[in-house]
Amino acid sequence: MFDYNFHWRAAFKALPDMLGGAWVTFETAALSMILGVLIALALTFMRQGNIRVLRGFAATWISIARNTPSLFQIYILYFGLGSFGLHVSSWAALLAGITINNAGYLAENFRGGLKAVPDTQLRAARSLGMSAPQAYRLIVIPQLLRIVFYPLTNQMVWAVLMTSLGVVVGLNNDLTGITQDYNSKTFRTFEFFAIAAVLYYLIAKLIVVVARLLSWRLFRY
Amino acid sequence: MMITSFTWNDLLFMLDGAKVTILLTLAAMLIGTLAGVVFGLLRALLPVLSLPLAWVLDVFRSVPLLIQFVLFNSLKSIMGLNWSAFTVACVVLGIYVSAYCSEIVRSGVLSVPPNLRRASRSLGLSYWKDLRHIVLPMAMRVAFPGWLNLVLSVMKDTSLVMWIGIVELLRASQTIVTRIQEPLLVLCIAGLIYYVMSLVVARLGARLETRWQEND
Repeated sequence: MFDYNFHWRAAFKALPDMLGGAWVTFETAALSMILGVLIALALTFMRQGNIRVLRGFAATWISIARNTPSLFQIYILYFGLGSFGLHVSSWAALLAGITINNAGYLAENFRGGLKAVPDTQLRAARSLGMSAPQAYRLIVIPQLLRIVFYPLTNQMVWAVLMTSLGVVVGLNNDLTGITQDYNSKTFRTFEFFAIAAVLYYLIAKLIVVVARLLSWRLFRY
Repeated sequence: MMITSFTWNDLLFMLDGAKVTILLTLAAMLIGTLAGVVFGLLRALLPVLSLPLAWVLDVFRSVPLLIQFVLFNSLKSIMGLNWSAFTVACVVLGIYVSAYCSEIVRSGVLSVPPNLRRASRSLGLSYWKDLRHIVLPMAMRVAFPGWLNLVLSVMKDTSLVMWIGIVELLRASQTIVTRIQEPLLVLCIAGLIYYVMSLVVARLGARLETRWQEND
């Protein structure tokens, strides 16, 4: 049926390198998630606030992040910033692009989550003598994070999948980048990319499993 | 300062690219929705039997689209199929959409209260009539916002087909950037086109949604 010989051995020899790439992929995704959550929280509170400039800024950020492709966002950071004389590395462009994207999507999730935290919780905390930042830090945000925990894991998987876009702007040390390197050396496209696909699948499943264990541990009561 | 070598023809070239983007989105949504509705119904109505299907579809949701494109493109060459890149893109995107769509349809069907179905069955509707006249119309209203989000996300994901050599909006703008060396301007225009396309779809969807809710 196939007029093609599969050469899996060469591909398996590259496995250690690809696992290293998988680690870079995971690290990048995790970093962008941490930054993304922080920025998303800031954006959520900006949108809640009364300062018009900040509200407009948050709304613009969210609508741009959600309405343009993430590849476009990475492109504009990598190529577009060059017009201002800023030359960022492809890894930095990838990280910033994914972070912008994550922050936009997460801010939208947080808005929904914030609505689900009853108003009375904040008022009760205030009446117990907490200051506003204290009340948010100790009462509102923990409850918010519990509500958005599932969307958060989803977004983490998304972030891992999005890191594969780095190869388009020339990143060569993440999983897709290394795969592409080997591909251009050996032209064994199918074998290498099949292994990469399996690795991505495993990373995604690992995140889901860890998140489930974590939620089991964290939300016992 | 305002002098640019961006010409009218470049804009037309980008709009041609946008046309490819829209065509790909439409084709992928058509394939994906048809398959996704079938898969979603199977998942909702025969949850145990269709478990293998769920595992298979889960793979397409856990592997980056870029890798799926490359894999399928090389598989096509290995199997000796003489398909154009556009067909490959449509097939891959279609499967990708159906994986997501089946989840949306499934949650929509499951959101119809079982008591309602029992009521319609006891009024003498057959299994299929109940499905056709009671379950599906109600499930559709629940699933529609999710489906609309899917359209928007697929439209953005079509930008990845540049990797297998299709000139769509983003690739077209990159081609122009390489020629006139004004990345910021060209990319901003491309972004604006994407933004407008998303906005139009979102607005149309919102209008449709409110119109459906009038009779509820």
